[in-house]
Amino acid sequence: MTPLIVEPALNSRDRSRRRRGLRISTALAVVLASVLAFVQLFPLIWMVSGALKPSGETAGASLVPSNPTLDNLVTVFTRIPFARYLLNSVLTSVAVTVLLVGFGALAGYALARLRFPGRGLVFGMFFATLLVALPVILVPLFYVVSRMGLTNSYAGLILPVAFTAFPVFLMRQFYLSFPTELEEAADLDGAGYLRRFAQVVLPLSAPMLASLSVITFLATWNSFLWPLTVARDSDLWVVQVGIASFQSQYGGEWNLVMAASLLAAVPTLLVFLVLQRQIIESVKASGLKG
Amino acid sequence: MATTLQRPPTAGASPPVTLRRPRRRREALAGYAFVAPSAIGVGVFVLVPMLLAFGLSFTSADGFGRTEFVGLENYRRMFADPLFTNSLKVTLLYVGAFVPGLYVLALIMALLVHGDLPGRAFFRAAFFAPYTVSLVVVGLIWRYMLADRVGVVDTVLRRLGVEQPPSFLGDPDLALWTVVFISIWFFVGFYMIILLGGLQDIPSELFEAAKLDGAGYVRTVFSVVLPLLRPTTFFALVLATIAGLAGLQAFDLIFVMTEGGPANSTSLGIYYIYQQAFRGNQFGYASAMAVWYALALIALTGIAFWLTKGGRFDSADR
Repeated sequence: MTPLIVEPALNSRDRSRRRRGLRISTALAVVLASVLAFVQLFPLIWMVSGALKPSGETAGASLVPSNPTLDNLVTVFTRIPFARYLLNSVLTSVAVTVLLVGFGALAGYALARLRFPGRGLVFGMFFATLLVALPVILVPLFYVVSRMGLTNSYAGLILPVAFTAFPVFLMRQFYLSFPTELEEAADLDGAGYLRRFAQVVLPLSAPMLASLSVITFLATWNSFLWPLTVARDSDLWVVQVGIASFQSQYGGEWNLVMAASLLAAVPTLLVFLVLQRQIIESVKASGLKG
Repeated sequence: MATTLQRPPTAGASPPVTLRRPRRRREALAGYAFVAPSAIGVGVFVLVPMLLAFGLSFTSADGFGRTEFVGLENYRRMFADPLFTNSLKVTLLYVGAFVPGLYVLALIMALLVHGDLPGRAFFRAAFFAPYTVSLVVVGLIWRYMLADRVGVVDTVLRRLGVEQPPSFLGDPDLALWTVVFISIWFFVGFYMIILLGGLQDIPSELFEAAKLDGAGYVRTVFSVVLPLLRPTTFFALVLATIAGLAGLQAFDLIFVMTEGGPANSTSLGIYYIYQQAFRGNQFGYASAMAVWYALALIALTGIAFWLTKGGRFDSADR
């Protein structure tokens, strides 16, 4: 991947010294990167190893279980209603993703392309809330949601986290750099704004919407604080809340706790393995254009 | 759906658009309709709670529907509460260690995978991997690894000859730094990618020019890369500071790993607020404390907005 280096004519001693220096520094870089990669990956590998160990083997430092077993994974499903938690997580994550990305694209498009009085003000409102983090407004948000009668309901799990400024902001930036020619062509046909958006703009923003959806889905699947706060009824617990409570019940049985963790992590790890490039690209895009 | 990329051949060919009044009104109506769902949602679930926090902070709201106006009582109580001042201290220590540690490590990782390192796709994925699992899972894994006597860290340290390995989560002098370390471990891949994006925007000729001038690698980093990376660095630092202050990643970890202990040494502001509200039913008092953090965040957002002329983090130098 190095761009072609146009080196001035060097005498051969200089060149070989430079090349040796390069080789040593590459070796050093590989060693450093390997150490860091080990630190980053070992805990995840340790989780898998722990999930496969029979209960007598959880203490100690042996990475490969002597008698690997899948019983722990089955036990998790029998001791707690883990399937129910999975279902709740899937429902919540899908609903939040659809709402957040769909309405975010719609609003972002309007803020980038349509002229209406007060547009700057609306944008200012979104920007003002862009960096408001959930933990800071948790108490009053819970107050609002309980006054609306939404605690212990799917609506309460989904709606309060399904509207944030971030996708609006991101999609606005995206549509600002979007070619206008096609929309103008659709204009001549007399297409209404909604039809133009749905038939011309949305299909062309599919890659962007897809990566935003993946990120949103992962974030919602992994979220803990809001589901913990809003759902006291264990029928509405999501996976993250379920495994946290599992840990407080079966804390010493690390093989079971790791099995439950593995089950909670497998969907996101799979999504990452398959869509690695897209995820990394969209993190990059969100960071730089944000 | 049939409209694929068939652009008009010339840019100048688009017909002149006459803006007649009905069209302009239709456009405005569409604009309002498009913005409405998000604006209402953000209004109800973000803006109203932001404002309500102020209102509740002057009351004795207790979560059971009793709400009485108590004036500044909650604020007075706050400064007399040693647990609150402790939580401020813990938060500042956390942010002060988290942000620089995160940045330096993320920069090293970004520089490593930016060059022509063999296997860099693997390394990039490996560095990023922890970020893909949830913080609850992260907290559980590290609790297992750091458990006294049974944990792998304890076992390895003993084998290396350490007779009494420290209790990383049980020692009040260590627990906070353990949480900082795990937060960095989790988040560093995300910031590596952000910095990598910035590095890739630096023209490679500049690296070559520095090399031809005989500058060593470290020198190149300090005198070429870092100055050009400034906008990205600024963005990353603002983001990390806000995430740290707001307890975005720390809350879940602390909930799962330490519950604020031992001896309140990991009781971050955000965790203490949660405890007061949902364990102690002190909604009014919790709101007053949340207002403090909200004000700090609003100030930071305002400063970031002002410094970057409206959120354009990368426009300053170009």
